[in-house]
Amino acid sequence: MEYVLILIAAVFVNNIVLSQFLGICPFLGVSNKVTTSIGMSGAVLFVMTLATLTTYLLHQFVLVPSGLDYLRTITFILVIAALVQMVEIVLKKVSPPLYQALGVFLPLITTNCAVLGVAILALGLESGSLVKAVFFAIANSIGFALALIVFASIREQLELADIPKGMKGVPINLLVAGLLSLAFLGFTGLV
Amino acid sequence: MAEKMNQTQNFLKGIIKENPVFVMLLGMCPTLGVTSSAFNGLGMGLATLFVLLMSNIVISLVKSQIPNKVRIPAFIIVIASFVTIVEMVLEAFIPFLYEQLGIFIPLIVVNCLILGRAEAFASKNDLLSSIIDALGMGFGFVIALTVLGAVREILGNGSLFAWRFVSENANTFILFVLPPGAFIALAYLAVLFNKISIKTS
Amino acid sequence: MKKKESTFINMVGSLLVITVVAGFSLGFVNDLTIGPKATAKLKQKVNAIKLVLPEFNNNPVKDIQLLKLENSKDSIEVYPAFLNNTFVGAAVIGRTDKGFSGLIKIMVGFKPNGDIQNIAVLEQKETPGLGTKIKGETFLKQFRGINLSSYNLNVRKDGGETDALTGATITSRAFCDATKMAYEVFTIKNDSLNAFEN
Repeated sequence: MEYVLILIAAVFVNNIVLSQFLGICPFLGVSNKVTTSIGMSGAVLFVMTLATLTTYLLHQFVLVPSGLDYLRTITFILVIAALVQMVEIVLKKVSPPLYQALGVFLPLITTNCAVLGVAILALGLESGSLVKAVFFAIANSIGFALALIVFASIREQLELADIPKGMKGVPINLLVAGLLSLAFLGFTGLV
Repeated sequence: MAEKMNQTQNFLKGIIKENPVFVMLLGMCPTLGVTSSAFNGLGMGLATLFVLLMSNIVISLVKSQIPNKVRIPAFIIVIASFVTIVEMVLEAFIPFLYEQLGIFIPLIVVNCLILGRAEAFASKNDLLSSIIDALGMGFGFVIALTVLGAVREILGNGSLFAWRFVSENANTFILFVLPPGAFIALAYLAVLFNKISIKTS
Repeated sequence: MKKKESTFINMVGSLLVITVVAGFSLGFVNDLTIGPKATAKLKQKVNAIKLVLPEFNNNPVKDIQLLKLENSKDSIEVYPAFLNNTFVGAAVIGRTDKGFSGLIKIMVGFKPNGDIQNIAVLEQKETPGLGTKIKGETFLKQFRGINLSSYNLNVRKDGGETDALTGATITSRAFCDATKMAYEVFTIKNDSLNAFEN
């Protein structure tokens, strides 16, 4: 039951993009087409889950026992960077078509604050465990995917709309994101 | 080899022409995430400025010693170290700000602004230019965050830097201290900024 | 300015040097800040204890008692207060992760009969101007003097007697949650504390 709550909270109530403001750069930058958004979401799901798994274990079995908790930020980001590199190499060998589809997004994910953010947030879960942390990561990447794909589909429609010159580009995208965030605000109180 | 550049231009470009937030869309996460009050925006801006300045300095100093293929991991280590220093100093000496900025402090390390300047500028230019570049971009960032924070705080809370100018129970535009308000406020500030930058160029 | 060649030795070497220097610098700053960090945290606790309890003349921090509840990771801190060797109350740290932005930690001061003397907010990351109002006098004063054995500590929406903050129901609920938890710990410890002679 608790897992259902985690899922609902991560996807709707505390959506990683629309209420926690993590992952905004790809959200604004990559969402001009639905197809690229789906690709990016897939890549994020992959990396976020693997990263949280690794960093959680690293934190629990290396950093905390040796009192090196202050090295958390630096080790986590290096793990994420290394993971992204490895995923790129493996993907290239194992599945070239998948690599082609995701390839250009993978390096971008290193600087995706959502990945590092979720890895850190996973440490603070109530009575946490590895399974919970990984589930949390999967749930959040679903939330990311939802926000990204919905936003992309709106943006595709926006291309055909008549927008005042001063609002074109960044301003109108931000405004739409704001309205989307407002809609999701309605979910508070669900859990 | 970088030519001698006009340092005034170098500084000013970070404020208007290449403003990290309004023009280059870098560092969006903290921009939206911690600007629910002017103080938070200012604090985050200054913390980022510090990291940007220090990492630009270090990277500009050691750039000839870093082989090209490992430059990104090397930059990340340098940046992450300074972010960790900021984390520790804030937690020890300004716990209030540390609490308010929360998870966005470690996230300074993935602020594309800092890695971007390291890659695009500090690794290719001399020390003085890199310092000025960091100061310019950093101040552009500080100004953007503080203004956004101020707008959201004034509209959403009826105060500025915690100095209230409406009564405790007045009806304020609460939306602006909530997530949607961040997007909406930034959207209109971006429009305003575009108008200003067109006029001044 | 020619860059170093990307030979394997150069790559590994330069990364190693950077990592070692970084590691040492961070260790150094950590040693510098670990003291002030602990002092700042302790000062906050001591101030909170003074705020939430009636007059005492022992050292509650020295007399700290810890209690581990079944489903929580860390032990709960209980600070007993004595005035001239008579038990006059205890401050308990209640916590909850159900705040709008996560963790909320409060210090609840109980009198020996379970009445709440006062509450102080220790840690929170709630929305400024909304959830942060739990630190305010208007919100806190409704909790003074109540006793959870007879008071329904839930927000009115959930059928209780507590006035939530406008637009911050989640924060208010979490606050009640943390207070209830502190009360639970207090009742467990109360018997042993009453008999405890300083």
